[in-house]
Order: sequence, then structure tokens, then C-alpha cells
Amino acid sequence: MKKVPIARILVTLFFVGLLMTPAIVRKYGSSHASSSGITLDRQTALARHGFYLEEVSRSAGIDFVHQAPTLDAKLAPIMPEVASMGASISIVDFDRDGWPDIYVTNSAEGSKNRLYRNMRDGTFKDVAEEMGIADVNQPGTGVSMGAVWGDYDNDGYEDLFLIKWGRPELFHNNGGKGFTRVSEQAGLPPWMNANTAVWFDYDGDGLLDLFVAGYYSEDVDLWHLKSTRMMPDSFEYANNGGRKYLFHNLGGGKFEEVSARLGINSRRWALASSAADLRGTGHPDLFVANDYGVSELYRYDGKRFNEVGEQAGVGFAPKSGMSVSFGDIFNQGKYSVYVSNISENGALIQGNNLWVPKEGTEGDATQYENLARDLGVELGGWSFGAQFGDLNNDGNLDLYVTDGYVSLDRSRSYWYDFTKIAGGNSSIIGDARDWPAMDGRSLSGYQQKHVWLNDGAGKFVDVAQAVGATDTYDGRAIAFADLWNNGALDVIEANQRGPLLVYKNTVSPENQWIEFELQGTNSNRSAIGAQVSLSWSGKRQIQSVSGGSGFSAQNDRRLHFGLGKNPHIEKAVIHWPSGKVQTLDSLNPDKLYFIEEPQ
Amino acid sequence: MIQATTKPEAQPAERESKPAFRGWTPSSSRLNPYVPPAFITLILVIGHLSFGILESYQKTMLAIVTSIVCELVLGRLLLNRWPNLASAYISGISVGILLRAPGYWPYVVCALLSITSKYVLRVNGRHIFNPSNFGICAMLFLASDAVATLSIQWGNNLAAMAVIWVLGSLIIWRARRFHICVTYVASFLLLSVVRAWLTGDPWLSEVSPITGPEYQLFIFFMITDPKTTVKSKLGQCIVAFSVAVVEMFFRLDQSIYAPLYALFCVGPVALLIEMARNSRQSALGSSNALTTNAVHS
Repeated sequence: MKKVPIARILVTLFFVGLLMTPAIVRKYGSSHASSSGITLDRQTALARHGFYLEEVSRSAGIDFVHQAPTLDAKLAPIMPEVASMGASISIVDFDRDGWPDIYVTNSAEGSKNRLYRNMRDGTFKDVAEEMGIADVNQPGTGVSMGAVWGDYDNDGYEDLFLIKWGRPELFHNNGGKGFTRVSEQAGLPPWMNANTAVWFDYDGDGLLDLFVAGYYSEDVDLWHLKSTRMMPDSFEYANNGGRKYLFHNLGGGKFEEVSARLGINSRRWALASSAADLRGTGHPDLFVANDYGVSELYRYDGKRFNEVGEQAGVGFAPKSGMSVSFGDIFNQGKYSVYVSNISENGALIQGNNLWVPKEGTEGDATQYENLARDLGVELGGWSFGAQFGDLNNDGNLDLYVTDGYVSLDRSRSYWYDFTKIAGGNSSIIGDARDWPAMDGRSLSGYQQKHVWLNDGAGKFVDVAQAVGATDTYDGRAIAFADLWNNGALDVIEANQRGPLLVYKNTVSPENQWIEFELQGTNSNRSAIGAQVSLSWSGKRQIQSVSGGSGFSAQNDRRLHFGLGKNPHIEKAVIHWPSGKVQTLDSLNPDKLYFIEEPQ
Repeated sequence: MIQATTKPEAQPAERESKPAFRGWTPSSSRLNPYVPPAFITLILVIGHLSFGILESYQKTMLAIVTSIVCELVLGRLLLNRWPNLASAYISGISVGILLRAPGYWPYVVCALLSITSKYVLRVNGRHIFNPSNFGICAMLFLASDAVATLSIQWGNNLAAMAVIWVLGSLIIWRARRFHICVTYVASFLLLSVVRAWLTGDPWLSEVSPITGPEYQLFIFFMITDPKTTVKSKLGQCIVAFSVAVVEMFFRLDQSIYAPLYALFCVGPVALLIEMARNSRQSALGSSNALTTNAVHS
């Protein structure tokens, strides 16, 4: 009998310990690893983290402020939410002068997109108007949501595909001197409501193909709604979104839509997509991040695309996918996939996904496990665009994530009403009329960005505030480019209803780098899909040229490798989309190499 | 409230006049003892096969196994007997379905909190919180950066929802607790009109939550829990109505987890009131008996 009271005391103590566990996990857990919340001065940041970001858009001559669309008046009560996308960035050297230029989209009817030509002196000049790709948001034609560049006719100049809620557009680049609209000749459909597209040569015929994924259904004209029943029919299992398109490049400026024939039939609400040879088979894989549902992974087997998301482990738990980026974060010659989602304390903790290939799986059997929490890159607010890149040139890929959904009244939140409606039956959630009005309230607004520095030992530490990434705009797209041609990856950030930011990167000079600009001959001229495997100082990292990644973004086609201190470069092996393999020896650090595919 | 019971050997079931889901015994119920666990398993299976509601099998299994092991250990340790595991299974599966967290540890801690609360938070030998409601609320209070609940999950599909409502109602009817569900649902719908009028939001947006999966579990497995509800039928209806009323105030304060918090607040208070009334009546009964004896003597 005396045993019982002692046991009860022990159980009570155990109970108290359980109540304290969350605080202990919060204190010692890895998911919130952050260097500090304090902004460091440049010298301290350089000494501590190896780089420093300085926002220079104004001095660089960039004064772009994104304008959101104003849709049908029936959506007015929830307009800030439904009109919450459209700010995008794509990096392109449209005139082939060797300096990366910046194209940004605008999203109000009548607003103009901008093409910032790099003037090579640290300033940029908007030339979109004179090039003919500014006035692309005219009433009745929809508005821009993003842009991806690829040389579809292999003439040496990057062409522009404009992603729209409205009439999609293809512009042919006339030798860097102007653009010609060729949408009808190319065979594009008259209307879609898309937020993502990616150029890639899925069949390896040397001609770039184009994947485009719809968000709202293509039969919806958001400016003239026939019905307010156009919202997702579920918060996490919606299947009433826009269709997918796979435009096979037939040559001669013509495309054929082949998605259904090749096995792509989804109607999930896609927000991001990217392609790379994730299995090392020579065929590209297509990863699609869907809002209101699971991600999809399409593997091309040489004839068809097979959706293997669930089987590969990435398509099981439905979240709110908003970005796709690939990175060889462990320098093991394998890509991990980062997909951004939503996390809001006290409301919804989806957590971002870092899909890492499982040990012992490879090729068609490659499976993924989510290590975002273990590596400290899980909680990123209402995350949107994310990109991998070596920001401090230490030889490890870092991760930049922008976030923030709707920043209005700081003191009033829409989260309660959002969850109230989102949990309901499809007949309620699917009708915009049933959604409570936002009334100027914020929804995950004013969020700090995340610059997760990869320590090379399996941990990422958030240094955003310390290195100068201090803005709290509603971030959408992130793109990386060496805008100053000085061996440092600069960060360009597009914000919804906010300014275009350019963070100039200053990197500690002892960390060295190497860059490759590839040009295909048998492969597509843009070399999209080409993969460089760089071996140096006992390390090996792979990167590939992308036709679009992150959220509504495209990085510079140049591949940038950080090398750390006193590197010894052994070789670079290039796997061209044509199948050709090229090995480069005698490479030196701190140089940009222009490589043409051998004939 | 953490209080050692004065009668640690008393099984919660022993205090039930009309046992149903938790701690109930086959002889005292019209319901087969394995029906409630089977029903919640059915909800899980339908939800998962229709929509893949489980974030991972591992997390749900972890919650179930943790609950069962904890129940076995604590039952053996504190009550010196092997407990009926139906209750622990339901608590574990409720945690596995309702809790949403990217990590594994919240499922373990929540399941442990749920079961342990039954043995620690007791008044007069009776636990006063619904176990899974307590565990989930505790996690929402203490670990809001790591967990959320099912509130915006599941497929929002009418057919699957109808199956669960019909089956659930039949089972609850057999368990003689249907009046609790009806009272709560009617109160919720009535008060949704009041909320819509007060907030100016569309009425359907106020109705929306009850059409989601969180409420199916809440209505069939939490507010009807015989261990943590009062005994009289009228009292049960009053408590169900009170939960809806308190929930309305939480909702007007824009609390996302309003129903869980409402039950967390109302459930124990109702039980304590019932206990106080019972002890007063007992005392009155004893006093009357003494008086009667005195008169007769």
C-alpha cells in the first residue's frame, strides 16, 4: 500500500516534466537555429559569416514597385488574398553582352513589366518599352504572373515565355535588339491562369520544350466571373485547379501540346515547378509543387511521364507547395529538393520540406525523406520563393527563403477566418461568396526573411538579420545572379505590392569561386538541363542549368560554385542534354569559363 | 489542478451509471465494447483511403502505441491491475488524427499527456478532463510553434462526411448519448446565426467549421465521453449547450481552436458542479437519515 503514494508522486513529476517538454525542445531544438536577431555591421558579418548583403536597388537605378491585379468586384471582400501573386523575377542576358539583366513582371491591368539592362557599372536601365515587352498587361489580355527564358529556336538569344492569368505570350528575341510576339504561331492556347512554367528538353532532341501549370481553372476569367464558385474545393485535396500543358517543340517556332498523351493529367493547383535529372538517368524529372495538395514528381522514362510522388515519398502529405528548388546540399552528387509551405504559430504548422534522397536508394528507385526539421530549415513563415546558392563561397550551398503573404493592418489578423472557412465542406470553401471579408486584416504579413547558411556538417543557421536581409515585404520570388561579375551571388527579390529589391553581395575575399556559362550545340543552345559536376579539394558538387525554379523565378543560367579557401580544382565534368560528356581539367578559381558543347 | 485521489484503486468505469465509450464494460452497455474503437478506426481508414489524411503512418502509430503503453504502465503502477485499453486506443488515435506536427516528438508528448492526465488530474478519484482534449489543448497552449490541429485538413468531401455522420449517429444512439450530439449540433447551428449577425460574415462561413473532420471527432468522441460528462440526461444537454456557448465566445475572440478550448473549460467545471451537488445531496441524505433515526429512537 505504501508503494502507491510514491508512485503517484513520481507520475505527477513525470506529468509536470511532460508539460515542460515543449519549452525544452524550443530551447534546445534545431528548428529555430538562428545566429542572432541583431543586424551586424559589414565587417562583423564578413568575419562571422563570410558575406554581407546590402540593398542597393535605388542606387542601382531600380525603382520598380509591383502592382497587384484588381479582379472581378465579386471578389472584393477577399481581393488581397486572391490577388496575392504576380511579382516575379527572371535573370537573362538578353543581349548577350556578358552581363546578367533582370526582367520583372507587373500585375495590374495596364501596368508595365520591366527589363532592366545591366549597364556594367552597377546601374540598370529599363529597356522593356523599347524592346517591346513592357506593355503586356493590357485589359482583356490578363496580367503577368511570371516569366521564363529559353532559346527555343537555338538562334543564340534567349526568348521569353510570359506566364499569365490570361493570354500566355511567347516573345521571340530578335538578336537582343527587340522582341516579336509569336504566341499564335507557336500554338499557345488563348487563356490560362498559370503561375509556373519551366523550359526543358524532355526528349533530348535539342529543342527546348515548355511545361506550364495552371492555378485557377483555365475557363475562369478572373475579371469577368460567371460564378464565384472558382475557389479550391478543399484546402488540402483540391482537384479543381488549372490544367497542365506540355508544349513539345516541333521546331520552326511551332509547339504541340502533348501533356495528356505523355501522362500529365493533374488538375491540382500548381504554384511552382522545376526540372532536373534527379535520378542520374539522363532523363529530366519534373517536380511540381501544388497549393492545396500534395506535390507531384513526374519521371520521364523516355516515352512517358510517370507520376511517382507518393511512391518516392514526396507526394504523401498535402501542404501548400509554393516553390521548388534543387541543390546538392551535402556535396554528394545528389540533388535535394526544397519545397516551401506555410507555418504560422498557433494556426498552422505545415513546415517546409527538404526532400533528401534516402541512403541506399538510387535511379528509378530513388526515395526521399523530409529532413527540413533535422537540418533547421523547416519553419519559414508563409514561405514563397526559395533558392539554393553558395552565398559566402565556402563550398556549401546555402538557402534563401522569402515569405510573408498579405501585409495590411499589423494589429488585426485574418487567420481565424481563414481557418474557419478552409476547414469546411467543398460546397462552402469552393465559393468565394462564403469567404469572410478580409477588411484590411493581415494574413501572415510583415515576416522576416530567412537566409540559411549551410555549415557543411548537416546544419543550416538563419543569418538573415545578421547579414543585412532585413526587409519584411510580402516576398514572392527570389533569384540569384552575379550581377556585378565579381564572383559573388547577388540576391534579387520581388515583392507583392512592394519594391523590387537588389541585395548586392560582398563576400570575404579568401573564399574563392568558379563560374561556368554553357552553350549547347547538339543540345539546346541555352544548355538548360546541362549538369556540371565539379571536383575540388576532395569535394564534389553538382549543379545544372535551369529553365525556371523557386517561385515565379529563374536564376542566371551561369553556374556559380563557391570553393572555399585555397581550393585545388581537380576537374569539371559536364553532362550535356544530348548525352555528351565533357571533362575539363586545368581550371583555375576566381574565373568565369565560357564552355561550348563539343560537336 | 493536480490532486492525488483519495481512492486510487477506484476505476473510472466504476463510477459510471451508463457507460459508453471510455472505461465502459460490456455488461453495462447496449454497445459492443469494440464498436467505438472500431468506429474511430473506420473514420481513420475512410479518411485515409479517400484523401490520405494521415501525414504518416508512423506518427499515428506512434501516438497509438505511446498511449497504450502509457496506459498499461500507469494502470499497473497506480491501480495495480491491467486496464482496459479501448480508452487508450481511442485517445491515441484521436491524437494521431487531430494533431498535426512536422516532428515526431509532439505525438509522443501529446499521447503521454493525454493518458497521464487521467491519473494525475483527478478529483475524488475521478478524472475531470477528457484525455485527448487535455493533451491537444496542452500542446496548443505550450507548443504553438510546433503543432496545429486537423482544423483545415481532410477532403471536404460530402459523401465521406455523410458516411461518418450516419454511422457515428447510429453508434452514439446505441450508446444512449445521441442527445448530447443533437444538443451540441443544434446549439452550434443556432449560435452560428448569432455569430453571423454579430460579425457580419456570411452565415455559411460560420457553419463551415462543423462540416469539417475536426468536428466529427469532437462530437462523437470528445463531448460524449462518459468519463468526463455529467450523469443526468438533462445535465448532459446543458453541458453540450454550454460548450457551444463558450465556444461562441472563443470564436468571437477569433480563437482558432475554439471547440477544444470550450470543452477544456466547460467539461471540468460541469463535473465539479455535479460532484458538489452530489456530495451536498449525500450530506443532506445522511443528515435526514440521522434526523429520522433520532425521531424513531
